[in-house]
Amino acid sequence: MLVKQLSVFMENRPGRLYKLTHALGQEGIDFVTLSIADTKDFGIVRFIARDNERAYEILKAAGFTVGITELIGVEVNDRPNALAEVVALMEEANINIEYLYSFVLTNHNTAKILMRVEDTDRAVKLLKEKGIRLLSEKIL
Amino acid sequence: MFSPEIEKIDRKALREMQLERLKHIVRYAYENVPMYKKRFDSIGLRPEHIRTLKDIEKIPYTTKDDLRENYPFGLFAVPMKKIIRLHASSGTTGKPIVGGYTRADLDNWSTCIARILTMAGATDEDIFQVSFGYGLFTGGFGLHYGIEKLGATVVPMSTGNTERQLMLMRDFGVTALIATPSYAMYLAETAKREGILQDLKVRLVCMGAEASTAEMHESLHKLFGAFPTENYGLTEVGGPGVAGECREKAGMHINEDMFYPEIVNMEKNEVLGEGEQGEMVLTTLLKEGMPILRYRTKDITSLTYEPCKCGRTLARMSRVVGRTDDMLIIRGVNVFPSQIESVLMGMDELGKMYEIIVDRVNYMDTLEVRVEVDDANLLTDYSKLEELVAKIRHKLRVVLQIDVKVKLVEPFSIQRTEGKVKRVKDLRKN
Repeated sequence: MLVKQLSVFMENRPGRLYKLTHALGQEGIDFVTLSIADTKDFGIVRFIARDNERAYEILKAAGFTVGITELIGVEVNDRPNALAEVVALMEEANINIEYLYSFVLTNHNTAKILMRVEDTDRAVKLLKEKGIRLLSEKIL
Repeated sequence: MFSPEIEKIDRKALREMQLERLKHIVRYAYENVPMYKKRFDSIGLRPEHIRTLKDIEKIPYTTKDDLRENYPFGLFAVPMKKIIRLHASSGTTGKPIVGGYTRADLDNWSTCIARILTMAGATDEDIFQVSFGYGLFTGGFGLHYGIEKLGATVVPMSTGNTERQLMLMRDFGVTALIATPSYAMYLAETAKREGILQDLKVRLVCMGAEASTAEMHESLHKLFGAFPTENYGLTEVGGPGVAGECREKAGMHINEDMFYPEIVNMEKNEVLGEGEQGEMVLTTLLKEGMPILRYRTKDITSLTYEPCKCGRTLARMSRVVGRTDDMLIIRGVNVFPSQIESVLMGMDELGKMYEIIVDRVNYMDTLEVRVEVDDANLLTDYSKLEELVAKIRHKLRVVLQIDVKVKLVEPFSIQRTEGKVKRVKDLRKN
């Protein structure tokens, strides 16, 4: 029911992101999502690839520090306030969202939200109860 | 001269005085400090075997490890009641090196400082700003009481708050500055930037606690229009005041009536002659609280016994050119790479690769520790990385007592070398 995401530690200096994307690109790995949060000195690159297992192995072999994190993925209609409604659910239940990003795939009229929360089990249960469509890795 | 009877002493008379004091301090240490008794007894050495100054070579060296193993008061030769001051500096494993002073020790220490300041050109008319840290560090209080003994005015400023330092220097009409060379440079640069250099009356800059370079002296002279001098000392033998430069700037005059200097080639265990470079070994000749025999300073220098143009006959040591160990001096604080290593290796979440980068930015020493992140568990949550940085910084601060920049780097970004690993990169010039 959860979506696997890879997290890579990256120093904040020129050429590092290229090294990562190129390492995967030349092996034919396709990104589904990618986001970067950074401070002055370092950042964490988070992404989902079409083939996460292979991406993990490739980056490991290339010397990156890679972690696997499980995210909650939900699908909502691509319309105003859809994201806010999901966030409101979490807030009402006092579930802290650590980070979140969303994207829309072409040819779809739905938007996908990926989030990492403090209490995943409780959040999943809550979302199910409210009839929100949850994503699995396959759906991506 | 503050003590002309000593500073211009005939060298033969000085040697006689030194021998008499050496005999006394050896017996005193033997009778009052268990470590010295044990050490002498184990090699069959008796105080009465010291009959000439050369006989000092029979005495085993005292090392920083000895001070550490006898932490805190094991090397004190008097009951605690007689100790009226304690000082401490950072040690190699977190335990500091402790010094204990009797009233007479403090008086002699002040005399040493008063002499050094006088030879640098100070008089009782000067207003001194002491920009050394006040506290356990020997620098602040050491200089403070020396200045009082000289009869000059003390502004006990301590460290930090550069803007305020400059304001008071200007408003109080400070004529003499006591600081580490790097901080003196920083003050001068800041004064220039703020446009208040012309309002300052600083004519003397007396620097200690870390080595300075000829270029720094030149820059300080240019900026402040002041006369810069360097002085030398270390906590283990009492603090600053062992030696200082006079107006000739031809080496630092050693207070030889209180410290007996030797230069030793440690590989050959051979005491070297005049002009030869080696490790300085110091014996305190008058210390009551904590007499130290043949302390290995690890500082590399050389001695000359030629009378100086200034009229002093006291031996002069050249500027310290290096160390026989890997000790770093960062903003006046002694730092051993082994201290940093013990902190890092004690943290399971860290890999085994690290690097220490020392640099000088705007004349201030910087210390950066780079650690490779190879624990994927740290990546689930961004704050874990920041907490890790904060935790390393805190632990290093506890041990080193200075702020360290901690940088997390990618695996394999620290250069691997075959054989002996070079953990420290010192990018400071000279």
